[in-house]
Amino acid sequence: MAVAEGAQELTHAIGLHARPAVKLTQLASRFESNVRLRVGADGDWINAKSVSKVMRLKARTGKTLHFRAEGDDADEAVAALKGLVERGFGDDTQ
Amino acid sequence: MTTRNDPDAPGGPGEQVLLGQAASPGLAIGPLARLDPARPDPHAESAATGTEDGRERLSAAVAQARRELELLSADNAGDLGGEVLGFQIALLDDPELLEPAEPVLARGAGAQAAWEAAIGELIDLYARDEDEYFQARAEDLRDLRQRVLGALASGDAAATEVPQRAVVIAETLSPSCFLEIDWTQVRGAALIHGSATSHVAMLARARGVPLVTGLGEGLRDLPADVPAVLDAVDGRLIVDPSQQTRVAYDERLSERAAADEADRAYSARPATTADGTPVRVYVNVDDPAVLAASDPGICDGIGLTRTEFLFRDGPADEATQLAAYRRIMAWADGRPVTIRTLDAGGDKPVPGVTPAGESNPFLGQRGLRLSLARPDLFRTQLRALLRAAADGPLKILLPMVTLPRELAAAREMLADARRDLAAEGIDVPDTPLGIMVETPSAALRPFDFDADFYSIGTNDLVQYVMAAARDVDAVAQLQDARDSAVLELIARVAEAARQRGVECSVCGEAAGDAESIPCLLDAEVRALSVPPAAVGRTKRAVAGHRTRSGNGA
Repeated sequence: MAVAEGAQELTHAIGLHARPAVKLTQLASRFESNVRLRVGADGDWINAKSVSKVMRLKARTGKTLHFRAEGDDADEAVAALKGLVERGFGDDTQ
Repeated sequence: MTTRNDPDAPGGPGEQVLLGQAASPGLAIGPLARLDPARPDPHAESAATGTEDGRERLSAAVAQARRELELLSADNAGDLGGEVLGFQIALLDDPELLEPAEPVLARGAGAQAAWEAAIGELIDLYARDEDEYFQARAEDLRDLRQRVLGALASGDAAATEVPQRAVVIAETLSPSCFLEIDWTQVRGAALIHGSATSHVAMLARARGVPLVTGLGEGLRDLPADVPAVLDAVDGRLIVDPSQQTRVAYDERLSERAAADEADRAYSARPATTADGTPVRVYVNVDDPAVLAASDPGICDGIGLTRTEFLFRDGPADEATQLAAYRRIMAWADGRPVTIRTLDAGGDKPVPGVTPAGESNPFLGQRGLRLSLARPDLFRTQLRALLRAAADGPLKILLPMVTLPRELAAAREMLADARRDLAAEGIDVPDTPLGIMVETPSAALRPFDFDADFYSIGTNDLVQYVMAAARDVDAVAQLQDARDSAVLELIARVAEAARQRGVECSVCGEAAGDAESIPCLLDAEVRALSVPPAAVGRTKRAVAGHRTRSGNGA
C-alpha cells in the first residue's frame, strides 16, 4: 500500500476556519486513501475527512499543514490537498 | 378553548365543536390523524430511554436535520446563507461528529444530552476564540444545535406517516416538523396550543395550509380516524359532523376550491386592472423559511420583510442578520426587496429589548422609537442591511414613524453606518430609506417626511385612526380599512407620493383583501404587498376592478 506525505504552509488570510475546513474535508473524502492531517511537525494526527476534527485544529495563517495518506491513491490525495492549501482554498477574500 | 355542542350549528347527536383561533385561513374535511401520540418529555428523557433508544433517536434527529438543511440549501445555492447551510450539512455528515456523544449515550443519559455534549464542545471552542471570524462561526454551530434539538423534540412526530387527506391534530407543531409534512397530501392542522402569531402560523399562512390553534385540552382525548371539519375561517374544529353540517361545508369547500383555482390562474401574470392600469404586487415575508415554498416569479419583489424573527430569542448579531438578509436577496433574484427594521413593542415583545410594564404598549415605545432609544441594536441592524444591499436592490423601511425628526435621526445613523463600513473597506450602494405610514400624524402630513418611499401599514393605521385595539373582539367592527376616514388618509399619502415621485405601497391585511382592494385602487394606490399565498387572490381582485382614473393613468 502506498504511503505519501507532504506539507504546505497555510497562507489563507483567516486560517483554517469553517469554510476552508469543509473544502478540505470534502476534497480528502474524494480519495480512497486514509488521509490524516496535523498542524506543525509535532501536532497530533487527525482524520482529514472529519470536519469536526479539522475545525477543532483552528489552524492559523502561517502554520504548516502536514498531510499523510495511506492507500492506492495516496500520492494524488496529498498532491491535491497541498494544491488546495496553496491556492488559498480557491478563495482569497475570506 | 371550549368544548360544547354548538346550539347554532345544524348539528347531529354525535357532533362536537371545539373552538380555537383561525391561525391560517381555509377549510378542510378529512379524518383526524394524531401526530404525536407519545411525544417525549425532555425532562423525563433520561429515565425513559435506554442507550440503544437514545442512539436511534439521535441518529434519526440528525438525519431529519440534514433533510431540512438540504431542503433549505436548494433555495440558497451560491449565497452566504447557502454556504452556512453547506457547512452545517458537512458537519452532520461527519462520522466523527458524534464521537463525544458516545460516552453520554453509553451511560443512558439520552439523545438530547448526548447531542449537547457533541456540539457544545465545538461551540465553546469557537465562541471563546479571540478571532471575530471564528466567533461568528459559533453562531452557525448554535443554529445547528437548535435544529437538531428541534428535530429531537418533534422526532417521533416527524417519523409518523400522516395519512393522506387527513387533518392533523397535535399538541404543537415545530417549524421543522411543519416543513417535513407533505401539505399537498395533508389537508390542515388543529393544535391544542399555539397562537396566530406563532412561527408555525406564519409558515401555514405562507403556504396556504388551514390551521386552527388553541383548541385546548379537549383535542387531546379525541379518537383518531374520526371524520372532522376544520374551519380555519371561523376558528373551529367540528368532530364527527352531522350529515347536514357536512353538506354545508362540502358546498363551501367546493366554492373555495373554485375560487382558489381561479386565483391560481392569475398568480403568474402581472397584475393589471380591468382598464389596463398596472399594479405592482409584492409579497410580505415574515420568516425566510417560507421562501422555500414560494416562487419569486409570481411577484414584483418583496414589499415588506418583517425582521422580528431575528430577535425572537433576543437580538441577533450582525453576521446572523447579514446571512438572513442575503438569503432573502438571493431568493428575490434581482427584484426589489424592502426590509423593515425591527418593529418590536406593541404586540411583539422582544426579550431584553422592549420595555416592561407599559400600560398600553401600542401607544408606547415601539418600532422606530425603540430603535432610536437603542442605538447599539439599531446600528447593528443598519450595518447588516447596508452590507446585504451589495447583493441587489434593497430598500430599508422604518416602522412606526411619527415625526419627521425621527426619520432624520435614522437617516443620520444610516449615513454613520455607511461611513463606518467604508472605513472598513466595505463600500455599499445607495439604499433608499422609506417610512411606514401607520400613525395618523404621518398620514396627515406625508409631505413633511423626506422619505424615499411610503408603505402604508393598514393594520396599525386603522387601529390608531379608529381608536380600536386590534385584539379586542368587541370593537372588531371598527377595524375596517374601508372606512372613509382611513381611505381619505390613504389617498392623501398616495397623492403625496405621486407628487414627490416616490412609491406608495400598502401592506397589511387590507392589501390582500378582495373587498378592500377596489377601495385602495380608488385611493390611487398602485402597489400592494401581501402574503405569498394571497398573490393570486390579490391579482384577481385587481383584474376585476375598473379604476376611476381610467386606462394606464
